[in-house]
Amino acid sequence: MKEKDERWIPERDPSMGEHTQAGCENRRLEKICSKFLEGTGPEADVVISSRVRLARNIRDHLFPPLASNLQRKNILQLCREILQEEEEQFSRFQFLELDSISGVFKQVLVEKHLISPLMARENVCSALCLREDETLGIMINEEDHIHIQCMLPGLQLEQAWQEASLLDDCLENQASYAFHEELGYLTACPTTVGTGLRASVMLHLPALVITRQINRILFALNKVGLVLQGIYGESTDFTGNLFQVSNQITLGQSEDEIWQNLYGVTRQLINQEKKAREHLLNEGRERLDDRSGRALGVMRYARVLGVQEVMQLISDVRLGLDLGLVRDISAGTLNKLLALTQPGCLQYLKGRELSAYEQDLERAAQVQKFLDC
Amino acid sequence: MICEKCDKKNATVHFTKIIHGKKTEWHLCESCAREKGELERPFGGGFPLHQFFSEMMGFMPGGSSDKLLPQAQTGVQCSCCGLTYAQFGQIGRFGCENCYEAFAKCLPALFRKLHGSQKHRGKIPLRTDKGVKLRKDIALLREELQRKIAEEAFEEAAALRDRIKKLEKEREAGGAAGEGKG
Repeated sequence: MKEKDERWIPERDPSMGEHTQAGCENRRLEKICSKFLEGTGPEADVVISSRVRLARNIRDHLFPPLASNLQRKNILQLCREILQEEEEQFSRFQFLELDSISGVFKQVLVEKHLISPLMARENVCSALCLREDETLGIMINEEDHIHIQCMLPGLQLEQAWQEASLLDDCLENQASYAFHEELGYLTACPTTVGTGLRASVMLHLPALVITRQINRILFALNKVGLVLQGIYGESTDFTGNLFQVSNQITLGQSEDEIWQNLYGVTRQLINQEKKAREHLLNEGRERLDDRSGRALGVMRYARVLGVQEVMQLISDVRLGLDLGLVRDISAGTLNKLLALTQPGCLQYLKGRELSAYEQDLERAAQVQKFLDC
Repeated sequence: MICEKCDKKNATVHFTKIIHGKKTEWHLCESCAREKGELERPFGGGFPLHQFFSEMMGFMPGGSSDKLLPQAQTGVQCSCCGLTYAQFGQIGRFGCENCYEAFAKCLPALFRKLHGSQKHRGKIPLRTDKGVKLRKDIALLREELQRKIAEEAFEEAAALRDRIKKLEKEREAGGAAGEGKG
């Protein structure tokens, strides 16, 4: 496990002072646009990513929401020791204490889904232990002592569950978990007790939105124990036609049942979305072509771009790309643009706080720069 | 235009509030607007989950109507972390693993509402008492056996019965638990 890898040294890195502004920006850009975003997995034209999170607590220690700062510190230390004991397993992981990084960099981590918004707000003695490829991580002192997270591109729920479970076994070599014979893994929140498993998929469903079928589908999801959120957690902000579907039930179903249920429903959503795309193509190919072409035009030439606007534009271009109407741009580029144009990432890239208006200017500039490459 | 609050920075956030028919206009800089809470997302940026099951459990936010729960239960306190059931209702979080025992009487109904079940059927920690693991495995196999019998798949049912017998023998022989950090 690396204590301080240069990839994760935030903007305070003194060595950066010796570099040119452009040099610093390039290095920061590399951190934002990690390899993960280039990845294309199965069904990547609808499923952006699959994620599995396991909540665990260590026996005989207060859960983080009620623990004092000292108790949180003890947990952090205990987790460090556990990771050090399993050194071989964690040689490619980096350990990042959240107390030591700036607010902007925390926002970057939230925007990349590597930590939760809660952890960015309340982070006394919290830490992130993240593998180099950014697909596997452990959040320490979030709502529970340990949140193991595996996030993979495309539809790969089974793989994500297996990877997270393996890491869970590895931690368990050293730690005794709070576990109850009848209730399973004991968590701070009653909504996660049992398996402690939250599986989710991030979906791009533009055709279901355009054809106004999405509300009917959202209603049906609730009936099968799944919940739909915006892509940044507990909100219903569906900007950019991006949706996150996850399981609600964690007690009474096995882990396999949980991910398989989500997998089955995701397959159905993919089919529905593809049918809707086909329908739109048959109705008027030119109209769709026009939609993505206009979006690309605005992205290339706009001078002021809001975050919601750019997310909608990226969605329009992505739809064109998936239908073969747009060329010369890759899904990876769009994924990177989606990350780069978020407020935290933009400010991190420039190395300073930006006002809302400055962000809009910078966003437009970065989009153009990216598309010109 | 200069910010009306700090009188220093440029006002970049402009908004109008109409409360009880009275209209007020504000022109603030970003930091003053944020301080005033005017730059928050509409609806507070998310659905407060704890409020959801505070209400579900019969509590109302603010703790003013604790009377909705039987008096005997709101006062129950966890001996380990000191959290009372009333506080649990307000924050929606347990304080420690012992809370599950302390509030045991009140929880089945909540779990049924949240999960439709009160029984874990998934993974078991490797270092758990081997007896616990065997008991759970046997219980799951018995459920499966009943299903197979109902389906009249007798060959598979017989195989399951044999596996159950084998596990029961193992359980009688006894298992050991491991030790770890924590």
